[in-house]
Amino acid sequence: MTKSSFTNVQSEYLAVIDHAKCIRCKRCIQNCGWGTYSFGGDKIIADHSKCVACGRCYTYCPEGAISILKNPTVMRENGNWQDYHIKNIWRQSETGGIAISGMGTPLKYKKYFDHILLDACQVTNPPIDPLREPMELKTFLGKKPSKIELDFNEKGQPVLKNKMPPQIELATPFIFAPMSYGSISLNAQKVMALAARALGIVMNIGEGGLHDDLVPFGKNIIVQVASGRFGVNRDYLNSGAAVEIKIGQGAKPGIGGHLPGEKIGADISRTRMIPAGTDAISPAPHHDIYSIEDLRQLIYAIKEAVNYEKPVSVKVAAVHNIAAIVSGVVRAGADIVYIDGFSGGTGAAPTIVRDNVGIPIEIAIAQVDQRLREEGIRNEASLIAAGSIRSSGDAVKAIALGADAVAIGTAALITMGCHVCGKCHTGNCSWGITTQRPELTRRLDPEEHGEKLYNLINAWSHEIKEVLGAMGVNSIESLRGSKERLRGIELTDSELKALGIKHAGM
Amino acid sequence: MLRLKNNFSIEHDIAGCGLCGIINVKKIRTNGEDIKKAIALEHDRGNGLGGGFAVYGCYPEYSELYAFHVMYDDLAAKEATEKYFKNNFIIEKQESIPIFKTSKINDHPILHRYFMKPKSDREDRLFSELKDDDFVVKSVMLINSDYDGAYVFSSGKNMGAFKGVGYPEDIADFYMLDNVEGYMWTAHNRFPTNTPGWWGGAHPFTLLDWSIVHNGEISSYGINKRYLEMFKYNLALKTDTEVIAYILDLLIRKHKLPVELAMNVLAAPFYQTIDKMEPEQKELYTALRQIYGSALLNGPFAIIFGYPDGMVALNDRIKLRPLVAGTKGDFTYIASEESSIREICPFPDFVWSPKAGEPIIIKTVKTTIDSENISQKQRLIIS
Repeated sequence: MTKSSFTNVQSEYLAVIDHAKCIRCKRCIQNCGWGTYSFGGDKIIADHSKCVACGRCYTYCPEGAISILKNPTVMRENGNWQDYHIKNIWRQSETGGIAISGMGTPLKYKKYFDHILLDACQVTNPPIDPLREPMELKTFLGKKPSKIELDFNEKGQPVLKNKMPPQIELATPFIFAPMSYGSISLNAQKVMALAARALGIVMNIGEGGLHDDLVPFGKNIIVQVASGRFGVNRDYLNSGAAVEIKIGQGAKPGIGGHLPGEKIGADISRTRMIPAGTDAISPAPHHDIYSIEDLRQLIYAIKEAVNYEKPVSVKVAAVHNIAAIVSGVVRAGADIVYIDGFSGGTGAAPTIVRDNVGIPIEIAIAQVDQRLREEGIRNEASLIAAGSIRSSGDAVKAIALGADAVAIGTAALITMGCHVCGKCHTGNCSWGITTQRPELTRRLDPEEHGEKLYNLINAWSHEIKEVLGAMGVNSIESLRGSKERLRGIELTDSELKALGIKHAGM
Repeated sequence: MLRLKNNFSIEHDIAGCGLCGIINVKKIRTNGEDIKKAIALEHDRGNGLGGGFAVYGCYPEYSELYAFHVMYDDLAAKEATEKYFKNNFIIEKQESIPIFKTSKINDHPILHRYFMKPKSDREDRLFSELKDDDFVVKSVMLINSDYDGAYVFSSGKNMGAFKGVGYPEDIADFYMLDNVEGYMWTAHNRFPTNTPGWWGGAHPFTLLDWSIVHNGEISSYGINKRYLEMFKYNLALKTDTEVIAYILDLLIRKHKLPVELAMNVLAAPFYQTIDKMEPEQKELYTALRQIYGSALLNGPFAIIFGYPDGMVALNDRIKLRPLVAGTKGDFTYIASEESSIREICPFPDFVWSPKAGEPIIIKTVKTTIDSENISQKQRLIIS
């Protein structure tokens, strides 16, 4: 076993090559973004310490000669001082820095989606077969009036008196979560743009500005205004289907962002509208928002800039007092509120924040929906739930808990090959997703992976239709907020109360 | 003990049922014999655990007063409720609801009716400006949720509900409906599966002048209920039918939707239909779905909805429960089964099966039947 240098932190994985199978094509050397492999004259040599188990090498090894194993070398077992703690202490004692991680927290917190079961029909009400009957998933995001106002035309027929506030029309209740150009590659953004257009949904470009190549996808794009205000101008605000103000992120509530200067090449510099080579820093707060009334000003400044023709979304992280916060955000004029839960993904976040701050999306969305209903303002804004939606089952549960739609971030990246190695912040992504290295990004073919992402959302949509049919309803709006169709298992009374659902059998 | 309220843990009532409705568009009044005969033919659609009738035009001498029909478990409940009435209403007349003790109806609550109107100087005027209708709604909800052993089952003007635990034909005898006259009747035969023997749970369900009889189970109950709670409706009974009545109250009385449009909220056209509409209509129907998506009734249902100006029959969007209509002269009949119609009207002018989600709206006086609502295809003309 080789070690690159003397450190207490052992390699987590072993890249084991079966030299009998290996034909020395060196494809693994090319494919690994981490520099794990090199050619030692007659055979491939692996530096295990560099391996992150991203899966790229064995996926593309034509001979199936590579195995990635968990390093069997044990650390002395201790239920309290686990590997995770000890290794972080070693790492930080060597660097003196804040530990940084990518992706959502890998720690095993209770996942409430896994403790919720769905209802179905038997005898007294019939299930509906989605292959025979229409099954509607169409979703509109935006403010709805609390009541309709009618006029009557010359024929005496009722017509709408006032135009509806602007809406985003989604063919299926999914959107792609905001991921900026810079945190991910342009090709990764293009994958989502192509899929969003084909699916009739929207992607969110995050805070990194809008690249010229994405301008034609405007109808399927939400543009973001975050604390760094990168690339923001009047044309930018008007180039998408909606504008989102990013206040926080589930993986790092209360924390800003930092894209290091070495990643700011010519293209990103132009898109973000900052000089090449300078750090792109998004401060923790917006420096013009220090209170809810300031947020209101920004919301209306944007509405003025887009002539009230596009909905304005506000993205917040799910924190303890989220219900009151969202109520304030809605009353401040937001048309959509995007709630990002604990365990949501990130390109880079301080590990301490990612692993310890926030509340799960299941509870957050249930609480927010309930609070807005109690205040009689649920119609004023649509809610998007995010924070590791792993399956169509999670999506159905989130919608029944009160979300209008769900956002898919990590799941979308997984369709591009992501193995959730959690090293997004290093910029070495072998899959060409969270990297700007041209030799890596060019391997991510937008068309090929756009189709895969399309397939995924298409499949999930079919699954939601199956579940709706089993529940005996033929429209997603009959599921939305219908907590009566949910039951909890293995949950305490407090947990059930926080979710607003009954225990199974009740 | 008699059950006036839903004390079961089940959040909403699951039932299969039979329905009938008769309306004379010229408001000629007939007694309850026909409707009893029609619903009796649907005997097997119920299980003897709930039957009831709504009749319009039955109290012409008190047509300006709210006619409250109230069930009481005991005299204490009656006393407490009457104290509330006396404080807030001018009671013109009160009496026991006439009943005929039949061996088929074993136990029954105290059944009393009051003809009254809200006082102009009632206490709530100190802090709110509720109109009389709103105050009546509030009172009904208050009594039904907070007054143990009391349940208001009818509160409209010149109309009344008569219902209880039993087969509907026995309930008709019990209330002596052959002595009652009205221009519009609806009837219900109930087959509850999990909340049996509950007087308040029988149909029709009424609120002010609205009455609903309903065959079905609303699979969207959970969200319909939460939607109504946003508008301060208190869903004390926890039944599907209550949800329908309150949605109609919200849409028609409070949001001023024409009846036709309100029906298009309950059974909204599919987007594939909306997308083919003319732009103006498309905009309206899309907005209706956007605004009232949570009021969409999803799941199997057939309902007959009565209001002073007419009657509406409606099926769910994919017609999962039976509903047949027939006309003869000024009469229109609605029933779960065609045989019920022919039982009392052997040779109707038309008999047809209303299409899924398409309301049949019969308005009194002016028009006989809104012919636009019956597409030619569904008319099965039998001379």
